[in-house]
Amino acid sequence: MSDLPLIQADRAVPPPASTTSTGGRRRRLRLLSRTDRVVITLMVLVPLLLVTGLVWLPAAATVLLSGTNWDGIGPLDEIEFVGARNYSDVVNIYPPFVPAVQHNLLWLAALFVVATPFGMFLAVLLDKELRGSRFYQTALYLPVVLSLALIGFVWQLLYSRDQGLINAVFGSSIDWYGDSSVNIWAVMVASGWRHVGYIMLLYLAGLKGVDPSLREAAAVDGASESRAFFRVVFPVMRPINIIVLVVTVIESLRAFDLVWVVNKGRNGLELISALVTQNVVGEASRIGFGSALATIMLVVSLVFITIYLATVMRENRE
Amino acid sequence: MSVDTPVRRRKLTPLRILLHGFLIVVSLAWLFPIAWAVLTSLRSYDYTAANGYVSFGGWTLDNYVTAWRTAEFGQHFLNSVYITVPAVLLTLFLASCVAFVIARFSWKLNLVLLGIFTAANLLPQQALLIPLFRLFTEVPLPEFMSDSELLYDSYWGLILINVAFQCGFCVFVLSNYMKALPRDLYEAAMVDGASIWRQYWQVTMPLCRPALAALATLEVTWIYNEFFWATVLMRTGDKFPVTSSLNNLRGEFFTDNNLVSAGSVLVAIPTLVIFFMLQRHFVRGLTLGASKG
Repeated sequence: MSDLPLIQADRAVPPPASTTSTGGRRRRLRLLSRTDRVVITLMVLVPLLLVTGLVWLPAAATVLLSGTNWDGIGPLDEIEFVGARNYSDVVNIYPPFVPAVQHNLLWLAALFVVATPFGMFLAVLLDKELRGSRFYQTALYLPVVLSLALIGFVWQLLYSRDQGLINAVFGSSIDWYGDSSVNIWAVMVASGWRHVGYIMLLYLAGLKGVDPSLREAAAVDGASESRAFFRVVFPVMRPINIIVLVVTVIESLRAFDLVWVVNKGRNGLELISALVTQNVVGEASRIGFGSALATIMLVVSLVFITIYLATVMRENRE
Repeated sequence: MSVDTPVRRRKLTPLRILLHGFLIVVSLAWLFPIAWAVLTSLRSYDYTAANGYVSFGGWTLDNYVTAWRTAEFGQHFLNSVYITVPAVLLTLFLASCVAFVIARFSWKLNLVLLGIFTAANLLPQQALLIPLFRLFTEVPLPEFMSDSELLYDSYWGLILINVAFQCGFCVFVLSNYMKALPRDLYEAAMVDGASIWRQYWQVTMPLCRPALAALATLEVTWIYNEFFWATVLMRTGDKFPVTSSLNNLRGEFFTDNNLVSAGSVLVAIPTLVIFFMLQRHFVRGLTLGASKG
């Protein structure tokens, strides 16, 4: 608040092109009226309090709680700090933790190695302004409007053991959602189905932003289409690439809805996000323990969020 | 983005046929799960049980009637409306306020402010769950606002958390959009003696209509699709929005896939309608955050 009197009209504003006789008065420091200052303060403060109170303070509290033995029921003054014990417990004596990390990494790998390049490939094809391009695009990003929870249900119609289409067609009797050795692959297919459309959309926007003269120059130089793409177009899309990378990492870290509707993240579908939830709303509420899991998620995501912010802010300054 | 060369009649070379063939196959494969859900929902359980799902016949609308009744979709859709409409309006209002200040004034804390909001949108929800859960069970509400008398298990709680979470994306997009508006407008407005509020409400907001429309479309689908917060911050089944009520439905629907599919289609309809009616806005909204302009 003490900063408010320092607010200046943007210095980047160029002075009016045609200076009249009275012109030339550059009011660099515009003192705002009292009402204006109150209005500005409120415009920032109310949303800021909401986001701080409901997102940032809870995030900080999670980190703090991860060092305690709180059970979630007792009064707050009985909290004891136990150092890193929750973390060592998570790693050493919590059987679902290792599979959950593996599944999260697998999820990331599948989205990153299969779904993302495929989405990019489709974007490149669709960028050619083909006839019927609109139909192809619509079909591909239709899954993006559906919630992941709903996608879990839609794919059940293909995966179900007795009534599913896959088993009916192939005469198999695999319980795609229930069998703990295959269900992670089944949900990843469903998740990738949605991710491809999203990535395609982002790259399509990115490709449209690439200066056409670059491609023409590459064509004049006799570069083949794929060579021009990898050597010229792809590097120019660096900001989009980083955004896609971050979106993919965060999506695979936040993956939750799909496994939760299938079996609440148990029996082959362990994910860190599901473990946190089980530890809080499940029968056993182990707060310190759950917080340690949550803090791990928080730290990983903050690394990538920082990369993202650095990229987009640099973009904006240019 | 058409290149400035005259449109050439493209000949159908074998390569182009291959390309179209590939795209058609992929598109149909992508549409297939949705089409299959619609198809299954239109067939009677008895027929498919007797003849298998790979068969033809047994057409009926009964699944929709049964699904609607047993799952109380009417109530759940209303719950979704109670949560989504205020949450979207509030998100756009609050986010546009912050975005306006960020775009209008250069101020040393601008980047910090933008970072605080944008990053909040990208945090994993589960990482905040534990303190929020406790907070929501501690904050009392008067009975006329929530029959749980707590923020927990109330529409208000869900509206607030959705707003807090979604603000970041909208601040980011709107501040970029507002920065691109011509500066002279504000100069002129100030000469006319317009207050900051008027500059925001009567000068900036009308110009942001395209961005607001795109964001509104996107936010409606996102908040309508929101699953996690409602699952963990609600207890009473009757109050669940429709997306989170899906999980209860599965128990009720048992192993009747025809009912599951009818339920899925019903839940998908609002987002599909929005998507087909406002496709342009939806797509622009998704890409607004990713590219300039």
